[in-house]
This record gives sequence, structure tokens and C-alpha cells, in this order.
Amino acid sequence: MCSIITDLRYVPKLRSTNFLDSSKVVPGWRTVISFDPRSRDGWIPRQQSSWNRHGLKSGVPIQNKINSKALLFCVSSNSSLTKPFWTLSPSKLKPRGEKKTPPSVEMALSHLKSSSSRSILVKPLAAAFSLRRLISNSTDPITIETSVPFATHRCDPPSRTVETNPQELLSFFRVMATMRRMEIAADSLYKAKLIRGFCHLYDGQEAVAVGMEAAITKKDSIITAYRDHCTFLGRGGTLLEVFSELMGRQAGCSNGKGGSMHFYKKDSGFYGGHGIVGAQVPLGCGLAFAHKYNKDDAVAFALYGDGAANQGQLFEALNISALWDLPVILVCENNHYGMGTAEWRAAKSPAYYKRGDYVPGLKVDGMDAFAVKQACKFAKEHALKSGPIILEMDTYRYHGHSMSDPGSTYRTRDEISGVRQERDPIERIRKLILSHDLATEKELKDIEKEVRKQVDEAIAEAKESPMPDPSELFTNVYVKGLGVEAYGADRKEVRAVLP
Amino acid sequence: MATIFQGLGGGAAAALTNSFDSKKLLSRSTRRSLSERKVSFPVVRSDGSVNLNPGGSNARARRVDQLITNAVAVNLLFSSLKQRLIVLQLPLHRNPGMFASIYRPTCTCNATLDLVHELLLFEALREGLEEEMDRDPHVCVMGEDVGHYGGSYKVTRGLAEKYGDLRVLDTPIAENSFTGMGIGAAMTGLRPIVEGMNMGFLLLAFNQISNNCGMLHYTSGGQFTIPVVIRGPGGVGRQLGAEHSQRLESYFQSIPGIQMVACSTPYNAKGLMKAAIRSENPVILFEHVLLYNLKERIPDEEYICNLEEAEMVRPGEHVTILTYSRMRYHVMQAAKTLVNKGYDPEVIDIRSLKPFDLHMIGNSVKKTHRVLIVEECMRTGGIGASLTAAITENFHDYLDAPIVCLSSQDVPTPYAGTLEEWTVVQPAQIVTAVEQLCQ
Repeated sequence: MCSIITDLRYVPKLRSTNFLDSSKVVPGWRTVISFDPRSRDGWIPRQQSSWNRHGLKSGVPIQNKINSKALLFCVSSNSSLTKPFWTLSPSKLKPRGEKKTPPSVEMALSHLKSSSSRSILVKPLAAAFSLRRLISNSTDPITIETSVPFATHRCDPPSRTVETNPQELLSFFRVMATMRRMEIAADSLYKAKLIRGFCHLYDGQEAVAVGMEAAITKKDSIITAYRDHCTFLGRGGTLLEVFSELMGRQAGCSNGKGGSMHFYKKDSGFYGGHGIVGAQVPLGCGLAFAHKYNKDDAVAFALYGDGAANQGQLFEALNISALWDLPVILVCENNHYGMGTAEWRAAKSPAYYKRGDYVPGLKVDGMDAFAVKQACKFAKEHALKSGPIILEMDTYRYHGHSMSDPGSTYRTRDEISGVRQERDPIERIRKLILSHDLATEKELKDIEKEVRKQVDEAIAEAKESPMPDPSELFTNVYVKGLGVEAYGADRKEVRAVLP
Repeated sequence: MATIFQGLGGGAAAALTNSFDSKKLLSRSTRRSLSERKVSFPVVRSDGSVNLNPGGSNARARRVDQLITNAVAVNLLFSSLKQRLIVLQLPLHRNPGMFASIYRPTCTCNATLDLVHELLLFEALREGLEEEMDRDPHVCVMGEDVGHYGGSYKVTRGLAEKYGDLRVLDTPIAENSFTGMGIGAAMTGLRPIVEGMNMGFLLLAFNQISNNCGMLHYTSGGQFTIPVVIRGPGGVGRQLGAEHSQRLESYFQSIPGIQMVACSTPYNAKGLMKAAIRSENPVILFEHVLLYNLKERIPDEEYICNLEEAEMVRPGEHVTILTYSRMRYHVMQAAKTLVNKGYDPEVIDIRSLKPFDLHMIGNSVKKTHRVLIVEECMRTGGIGASLTAAITENFHDYLDAPIVCLSSQDVPTPYAGTLEEWTVVQPAQIVTAVEQLCQ
């Protein structure tokens, strides 16, 4: 069985239908290889495939005829994933022979061996593949180099070499897969009208949440804007809380009264969840002020987007933070679009890490979880020592700005799928895991299945949770506890007691 | 105008009677007598007639009873006792405007002045602030020129030297962000006091106050409390111009989740400041530019004013006049004229702008059946407008006449002195309104 398609405009039908996550459908991976081209009914026209529903915007015209010319369709060992698949020549296909290792893994590894734009593997690969291994959970150190060097402004960059271990790699994979799955599920729930209002999805940007979380403790504070589902999850929130809050149920983290944009978790230092663009940055500087006031050696991360980077209150807060030496780290999650406006149309200077002027800045590849982790560690040390620092995370969101934005009117689908192919954070971790042979492809798939099951269970449980009681309309408007012989603050209680 | 009241300090000096303990003793006997024998004390009314049966005051009596046991809310105790026990020469300084030239003490007691001290309103605010900062290390102040400069109205003078730069913070001119920072700090448990140099500047921070300050407790499901105090002087001053004479209570009043209070005397300024700092809710404390130099005697011991309670300035029978902040003094001036003309207005300083103290207001309306609201807010959408709606909704059956609301004109405050005078309500207009209302 070989991986041949007769026409480049056709994609094989997916055998496993639970791949709603279209990032799995990368040409050259297992799904293609397992297809048998002799059965015609396996073919479907491209526009029906799950990841290209709407057809290509530009480039390849769609023809209905089957072209009898054969084209080899796989990732050859000499090319990197940066080249479009249809340019690969057949002769590079590796011989199929023993079935000792799953061909996909071999493909992946062979590709990895040859590609130089990805991580440089220190551990030798050769001897490891003939044995089947269990998913390793050890804490032996592995050294990884980040994908791109850091760009700096008024500071020295941190080292590109990151120390990690298999446990961390696998936990990254699991958490990011959970986040991705959660966002996709939220997408479906929104379309089923169970989630209303605004729903801003974070898929594509998971590396920022995960990498940051790995570098800090729960005593540090994080505050972000409305794209907060994954950050909340990273801070220790449960899937049940997320889905209940999104559906407005009592089991939600804000008892159903906040919604998608108002997730908070006080005990683990997650301060939300804010709807007004840019308003969370002064709040974040206030959190840093409190850390400094309480002398607890913790820092505050204030996340905002490239759109919010043009807000005045950001610079006001930065000025005050720099004046008072507050341990705040301003993190610009630059996904290059402020809703529908590209960054070059909104900002005269899109080098957001340089905008601090007197405040040092660091530009980080936001799709590489280890680069994010390294940068956050560096930033925390810097902030505790010498005040604020700006991090710019170069990242990308696959969905539109929110569920009401298709995400394709201001950017091409090619761009989205290109980034998905080349820079997807989960794929990067997957490749790292496979290349270090910490788990097999099947085990990773199993993890994803497990994650999917967890998400489905959480959704089911969240649907069971009741809507808030009508009396909840008036709770938590004021804190009770003041007053004498008078009505309490919300006019509902006759008496309240002075502290 | 503030100088009128400074004379009170000297004139009514002998008003203080005994130590606090004996006042309590007295009040206990009062309570017994009040509950057993309905009313037996002569009440000298402000027009000189003696009313042996004040009547209709059982509710107030009961209230006094309950309040006596709660020794913290001292103000109401004094003011209610004052009406009944004239012979006791109770301190007049609670309500400097009230007895300005009406009442003269008939006996000079051996006044021990140890337990009160005289100060100006801004000093009272500072005292309250200082006491709270001593009491709780989480309290900090941030604002423009509050630290080394000493505060633009001297409210924070001396605090920076005492508490250091981390607790009394000079901010740059960036209201939006330092209000946001105060709220962010409050989310973690600090209790910042954000000072706007003029209330009008807080319009720049409206987003932070409305969205973050007011709503975070609700949208986080109760996880975060925002115990922040936002204070500053507002109101029409002496020819300060349109932008510096704004009344922000009307803009903030519909933000859910915040409390608003307006102070008018040194006594309630200190009390409200302390209560606001101790409150877990965000409180906006409205001061007035022209009231900072009011002088009054306030008790030495610690006291707090209730944030949601109104203050009975002068009880009466004919008409209820509701007012707050500077207009209280215009009303008291008009009250003098009214009393001479034979009217008996009941003046209530509502103090709590959000929520309204409908309990006291309601009792008053039930008694007098006529309401006049005198405020400094604009006609459209001001505090008076909301108060009118609230009273009409709740106490419509008790009203004999439509509620009259006297408020500032809907114009930007002009610079010229005469024009400015006519944007705000003047005592003559109050007198006319009462006369019309009581026909």
C-alpha cells in the first residue's frame, strides 16, 4: 500500500471521523498513508473534506474530473514541511519494508531528521525505534532549543536552550490538547446556541498559556482580556467550570453570572477575564503594586492583544509601573489582527516589544511553548529585580476574533492553514515527543481521545447543572456587612452590622 | 460662606455638658422614661414655642433606644436627644447651621472641652484617614499630589512623611490608569483610597469605575471584593469654570455595585471617611470644594457614621426638605427665613446618595406629606430626579402635593460670578418653593 493520489485536487476521505480537529489533517501523516487508492469510493472532492469546507480562496482550481496522472503525495525525507506538498517528487519516497515501526512514525522521524528549521535533537534517534515503549514519565532532563532567536529591546536575550523533561513535555501535550479540544467544543456549543453572546476562542495560542504557566507559580498573578478560557484552565480551572460558565449555569466559576469574558480564580491568582479592551492592564499594574506592597516576591502578568496595545491607559500604567519599579510583566499576545484590522493597519509601530521605550522588551515566538517558558522565566527574574518588562508573543489564532467573526474576511484561508501546518504549537510538541521517543503516535492519539472524552463528559455534566436561581440576580452586587439600623446597601436587608 | 459657621465654634462653646459616660446615663434614663411615659419632656421648638407633646415620635424614640445601645452611631443620638432635652444644653456642634442664631444656651455648664476638639472639614477628613491608616496596614492613598505636596486641599498633609512613599503615593496625571491600579490592588486585598484632584477628572476613569470597580464583585461570583474608596471634591466652587465645577454624582449613580456618600460637616466627613474605608464595597465619597474650611467640634473618641443613613438636621412638621452637601447650608439659611415666616421645615441631609435612606425619608414624608428636594446636581438625570422617582414610587399615597425638586440649571457653569450664582439654587428660591408647596 502506498500513498498515491491521482489528482492533487482530491483529498482522501478520512477514515477516522472523530478528527474534528482539522489540525490533525496534515498531508503526509498517517491518514493519507493508510488509504487504499484502489477503492474509488474513498475519494471525495476537496471541497467536502473537513478541513477545507469552503474551498480554496486562491490558487488551485477545482475540477471534477479525475486526472489519471499519478502524483506521489507524501512528505519526503528531503523536504521540510514548509514546502507545499504537491511539489514533492515521488522518488524520495522511502521504501516500505518491515512493519516493525508504524510507517507514520518513521515518516515523522525521517522528516525530522532532515529538517533543520525545527528543533535540533540532541538525543540520537537510531537505536530507539525498534522497541515499543510506554509513555515515559521520567524527569530526566532534555535540552531543547527554541525555534527562533529572541529579539530584544534594551536587554540581553535569555538563552535559546531550554531544559525540560519528558514529564513536562507530555503534560504540555496533554494540557494543550485539552485546551484545543475545549475550544473546538465551545465552537460547536456556540453553534448549537448553548453558548450565547460573545465567545472568543484561543485555539492556536495555547503555547502562550501553557508556557507561561510552566514558568511561574500560583502565587504570581495573571490577568488577561476576554480570550481567557485557556488561561483559566492553565491556572487550575476545571473543564466543568469552564463549560458551565459558558452556558450560564450555576456550576460555573462565576456562578453563571460572568460569562465567557469573566472567568476568575482567586485562589490561584487568575484575575480574569475583562471585556473592555486594555482596561485590564492598569489592573495588572495594580496587582503588581499589591505584590510589591505585600513584599511577597511574586509578579503580575498583564496580558493584552495587539489591538489593545494602542490603548492610552497601557502607556499610563507602564509609566507608573516603571516609576514605582513594580514587578509587572506586560505580555502582548500579538496574533496580528485586532478583530478585523491587521496590525499594520492599526499600529504605526508594530514592534510592540519596543513600544515601552524606556522599558525593556523581548519578542518571543508564541507558538513555541518552550520559548514562552524561557521568556517568562527570564521576565519574572527581571521584574523582581528591576521593574517592568514587555514581552511580545508572536502567535496566531485560527478562529476569528469571536464566534460571530468568520475570520476569513480579512485574511486568507491559505494563511490560516499555512500557519496551522507550519507553526501549530501542539504539532511541535508532538514532534518533539515522537522524536525523543517518549511516546508513540498511538499513545498520543490515545491521550487525545482521552482528552476528548473528558471534554465531552464535562459538557454533559455542565448541561446537567441548573441555571442560576432568580434570587441570584441580586446576590453579590454588594458585600454585606455595614450599617446600623438601616437598610443594607442593596435595600434588601433591614439591618447590617458595623465591623 | 464658610466663615458664617466659624463663629459657631465660639458662640456655642459652652454647649458641651458632661463626659460621655454621663451622657450615656442620661440617655438610659431617657430611654426608660420614653418607653414608659410616652413623652414627657418639653420640646422647645425653633420658633420659641414649647411643645409638650411632640407626638408621632415613637418611632424615633424607639430608634433612639436601639441606637443608644449601639454606641458607635453617636450622631443620631445627639441630634435626637437635642430635640427633647433642651434643658441639658447638648452640644450644638453637630449641626452648625441649625442653631446658628436661633438657639442660645440658657445655662453654661461646666463644660469639659477635653472630649471634643475643633477642626476644619479637611482636617477631619485627614484625621479619619490617619486613624484608618494606623489601624489597618492595608490602607494606602494614591492620587495626584497627595504625597509630598500634601494634597491639593491639604487632606493628606503630613501623611507621606509619616507613612512613607509606598502608602501615600504620588501618581502622575493618569486618572484612568491609577484608578485601575487602585482597583487591581483592591482585588488582592489592599484598601486603596483613590483621590481625584477634582471629581471632574474622574470622568477619565469612568470606565474603570463603572466596569471594573462596580461589577467585579458580581461577575466574579463574589470571589473578589473591591474595598476601594474614591474621593474628591466636586461641586460648583468660586468661579472655577465649567470643567472644574462638575457634579459627578449624577453620572455615577446608576453604576451597580458602588455606594455613594456625600459629606457636609466635619463630623460626618470623618465618620463617612472611616466607614467608607472599612466598607468592603467600593464607595465614592463626594466632598465639596467650598466646604473644606467648615469648622466644627467633633468628639475625640472614635466614631463611624453609617454609610447608608441620612442625617436629620432639623425636625419639623410642615415640609420635608431633602438635601445634601453644600445645599444643606443654603437650606438652613432658608430655614431661618422660613421659621420667621411661620413655617416649620424638616431638613434631612440625605448623605447617602446610593442607596437612598428611604427609611428616614419615608418616615419624614409620612409625617409632613410634602417634599422639597434641593440639590446641586443638574436638573436632568440628577440625584434629585432619582430621588423624586423613588419617593413617588414608594410613598405616593402619603404625598399631599407633587414633589418639588430644585436643582442646578442644565448649563455648563459659567465663569462670571453673578451667572454662577444663578446656576445653583439660592436660599430665596428655596423659601419661595416652600411657600408655594405649603399653600
